[in-house]
Amino acid sequence: MCTSLRFQHIREVLPMINVRPRRPISLERKTQRIGWMFIIPALALVVLTHFYPMFETLLLSLQSGKANNLKWAGMRNYVRLFKDATFLAALENTLFYLVVQIPVMLSLALILAVLVNDRKLKGRGIYRTLIFLPAVTSLASCSIIFLRLFANDGYINTLLLNTGVISEYIDFLANKWSARAIIILVMTWRWTGTNMIYFLSGLQNIDDSLYEAAAIDGATGVQAFTRITMPLLKPTLLLTTITSTTGTMKLFDEVYNITGGGPANGTITLSNYLYQLCFGGVPQYGYASAIAYIIFLIAALLAFIQMKVGDKE
Amino acid sequence: MNFSGKKSYFWRHALLIVCSLITSLPFVWIIICSTNTSVDVLRGRLTLGSNLGVNFQTLVDTGRFLPAFKNSVIYSVTTTLLAVCISSAAGYGFVVYRSKAKDTVMAVILLSMMIPTAAILIPMFRLFSRMKLLNTIFAFMLPSLATAFLIFLFRQASQSFPGEIIQAARIDGLGEWMIFFRMFIPTMKPVYSTAIVMTFMNTWNAFLWPLVVMTDSQKTTMPVFLSLLTDSGYTPDYGAIMLAVTVTTLPTLIIFFALQKSFINGLTGSVKG
Repeated sequence: MCTSLRFQHIREVLPMINVRPRRPISLERKTQRIGWMFIIPALALVVLTHFYPMFETLLLSLQSGKANNLKWAGMRNYVRLFKDATFLAALENTLFYLVVQIPVMLSLALILAVLVNDRKLKGRGIYRTLIFLPAVTSLASCSIIFLRLFANDGYINTLLLNTGVISEYIDFLANKWSARAIIILVMTWRWTGTNMIYFLSGLQNIDDSLYEAAAIDGATGVQAFTRITMPLLKPTLLLTTITSTTGTMKLFDEVYNITGGGPANGTITLSNYLYQLCFGGVPQYGYASAIAYIIFLIAALLAFIQMKVGDKE
Repeated sequence: MNFSGKKSYFWRHALLIVCSLITSLPFVWIIICSTNTSVDVLRGRLTLGSNLGVNFQTLVDTGRFLPAFKNSVIYSVTTTLLAVCISSAAGYGFVVYRSKAKDTVMAVILLSMMIPTAAILIPMFRLFSRMKLLNTIFAFMLPSLATAFLIFLFRQASQSFPGEIIQAARIDGLGEWMIFFRMFIPTMKPVYSTAIVMTFMNTWNAFLWPLVVMTDSQKTTMPVFLSLLTDSGYTPDYGAIMLAVTVTTLPTLIIFFALQKSFINGLTGSVKG
């Protein structure tokens, strides 16, 4: 726009000095070049820290060997994965967290969001803040808090022993199922508030008059929820599902700090196994890279399916 | 919604109170534990003790607590400031100097959101290791300096920045960069505070990345220090551990309460975009 201003000005002057109007074009180009200067640092960083490593991981996943002595191996890493009991356990656990934790957390978050969204509810601001609070903690802190609650000498066991409910402590972390339950509990504690806020912002975009009209037509609360809230909340639901899915596919901190993957790989995740392969002894970068790609492919595939299903309904 | 009578409000409050207690009591609990001795923590004592000073001394004596805290502060503040500068410039550039090519570049940047940390971890670690940059602030912050989320946040915000201001400034002879620094940044303070809070929380709480690239216990951050503290070979001192958890949590908690609106708006804004 500035160029057009100057352009006019120059056009007025031009006949007098008899020069072809080349300046405006070069000025436009110059502005565009400055525009790129704003973008290039960020673009260079994104390429260097995301796209280049992504490509490098692909190449690495086709090589095998110890530490930095890597040789081309074709698809052998990927074939090896499906005979590897630890990998299969990690895959099973990751999918288990995905299937169990996400529906529980998202339903809870949605219920809480609907409750807190009610303008007549007293203290809704306080509830919102308190329920959101865990989102500020680091996952390492969360893990230690829950570990202290559920350890053999932890708070829950002490409480149960002191009140005489049990006569001997329960080793929550030695049993695969209770250990998994604790991981799911930590994830739910940490992330429900965040998802509640996502749902709240989705709910606030729904026009109140829709509910008033439904109430006049004699719709029940449940009907209003299934016929108005759910359809209009679909974009938010899609977003929370996809972010939770990619988040769970990356799951690492909680398991690393609470169970270390045990008992007997009962809670280990794909990222935990990848970390073990790279940093827990003689590094196997090639093989670990194949796992990285499996994580990426599953996450991308699930996001794709979720988007397809989300569009259809 | 006005479908159910007043009676049901009781159950709503009951559910919300239970959930609020579950989410907030652990914060009270860690603060109480950090003032007690390890024995009292194990006994399940729920009143404030007088062992805070001793616990603090125990942490200091590990020789890693103060460096870890200092590192966390320096790394997080530096990363946040640089990330916000770099990403906001890009977000601004995409809108003010819009062109087809730039729209394509933005779409490509958004794609990077799909890439999980695990998929970039190994090459980045090897790259930094080859360049002898492990255990430097550079390694810590590089992947966080330009994130698709931040660039997108600033791109959305720039769209509400009036073009007339830019034109007027240009006529007044202000250079393009000066327009960005003198006009854009001061008018966009709310977006900047959102971005600062979100980035600070993410960098402060980061775990896997510092665990991999900050292998030296003198160079590492608070979350990694916490993790080392619990699996060190010694008999764990739970009072001291809980104090460390409290110290790790307090900065983000304080920032959250101070800038609650920015934080929640940031989360909401990322949905609406």
